[in-house]
Amino acid sequence: MQALLGPVLDALGAGFLQIMGLIGLNTDLMQRYGLRFLGGVWVTIELVVLSVGIGMLLAWPLAIARVEGGKVLSRLAFGYSYFFRGTPLLAQTFLVYYGAGQFREELTALGLWWFFREAFYCAVLTFTLNTAAYQSEILRGAIQTLPAGQMEAAKSLGLSKLKAYWTVIMPQAAGIGLRPLGNELILMIKSSAIASVITVYDLMGVTRLAFSRSYDMEVYLWAAVLYLMMVEIVRRVWNVLERRLNRHLLVSR
Amino acid sequence: MLEAFQLLSFGPGGWGGVIASGALLTIELALATLPFGFAIGLAVALSKDSSYRTVRWLSVVYTTVFRGLPELLTLFIVYYGGQLLLSRIASAFVPGSNVEVNQFVAGVVALGLVLGAFSSEVFYAAIRSVPRGQREAAAALGLSRGRVFRLVVLPQIWRVALPGLSNNWMVLLKDTSLVSVIAIADLMRQTSLAVGATKQPFLFYLVACLIYLVFSAASSAVFSRMEERASRGFKRVGGH
Repeated sequence: MQALLGPVLDALGAGFLQIMGLIGLNTDLMQRYGLRFLGGVWVTIELVVLSVGIGMLLAWPLAIARVEGGKVLSRLAFGYSYFFRGTPLLAQTFLVYYGAGQFREELTALGLWWFFREAFYCAVLTFTLNTAAYQSEILRGAIQTLPAGQMEAAKSLGLSKLKAYWTVIMPQAAGIGLRPLGNELILMIKSSAIASVITVYDLMGVTRLAFSRSYDMEVYLWAAVLYLMMVEIVRRVWNVLERRLNRHLLVSR
Repeated sequence: MLEAFQLLSFGPGGWGGVIASGALLTIELALATLPFGFAIGLAVALSKDSSYRTVRWLSVVYTTVFRGLPELLTLFIVYYGGQLLLSRIASAFVPGSNVEVNQFVAGVVALGLVLGAFSSEVFYAAIRSVPRGQREAAAALGLSRGRVFRLVVLPQIWRVALPGLSNNWMVLLKDTSLVSVIAIADLMRQTSLAVGATKQPFLFYLVACLIYLVFSAASSAVFSRMEERASRGFKRVGGH
């Protein structure tokens, strides 16, 4: 398989470079760094998918705690989201990555040092905590726009609160929050560039590396195009997704 | 605990002064960017309704690009790109000359471009919220297009745009932290200096976070006062 694919890929790569050369881009530079850029894109995708995905798992309990939790729980959830939404992601990332270094002995004793030693894991952790705060705010708003009758009806049918949330409230809230959640995903793609500051070789990190070696501004142009493509793809997919999932809410025009 | 207070004090051996100077620069940077970014935002919002197709198209491209690019990338492009471009222009006049772009200016330009893109959406929605009839009435009274905008539309969009603009300001305040990467001595950069010297990253970065939090809280207090004031003519039933 490898032997068969190799020449095909080589031919494709050569063809791609030729086209890029035709539109006036630096093919030498692209030959040298092109594959690294693809690797960078992949790391960026990993960062975003992991943190937004795990962040969503955290965001639901946080949002429900805001709505249903008593004084203590709802205030704790509010404090959490207030902290993460009120401070810059860069500061949070430094706090986790460099801050963990200060507690190296304790973390080693707990068997967690392998995690905090890696910049990538620290970035994922910070981004997860950050996006969980924003997503919980979106979901809380969505839950609160649902009429109280939804919960009352579910209860009168004999559903437990948990079951009512799982089958009645959460699906509807997810639909209402779909658009802002898509915006949050796009914001996260952009914010993930911050990982490059703590030595993660995501798309931004690879770009900075390539620029520091070549001093060719063109690499920033590639990065810009790649980021714009990612954002645009998510935007379009989200439009389709929203039309499809919220088709019961569509108004005829 | 006592050691922590000593490190944060303003006296000798304390980093309070350094961090305060950084905090001040962060505020200065954000305030310097504000008028620049809002001016771009308003101009772009207006050109979205332009009668020239090219102008409309350019304004859409502008918002798409600067809303889609990571702020960090915009900053690098402005900073390094500006340096290269200005050097090239300068060496055309004086061969071999090299231009250093002032980091603060690069920061203001980059953040202003991003703020302009985001605030243009807010301004655009606000301009559209003014009923057409008002413009037509003003035109019927013989006001020129410029005066219609300045005397009729502009005073009304403030109230509608304010919540969106306050959001833009909050984002800007946090985005200023990125300029520390191009060595501007802002709050983040000064905190990193203190960390380098004291080896107390957790303490200092936590303090930096708390300072940002205070800035956010103070701004949201100011903005809710402004919103209250701006909508005092629009009291609703049950409002207070």
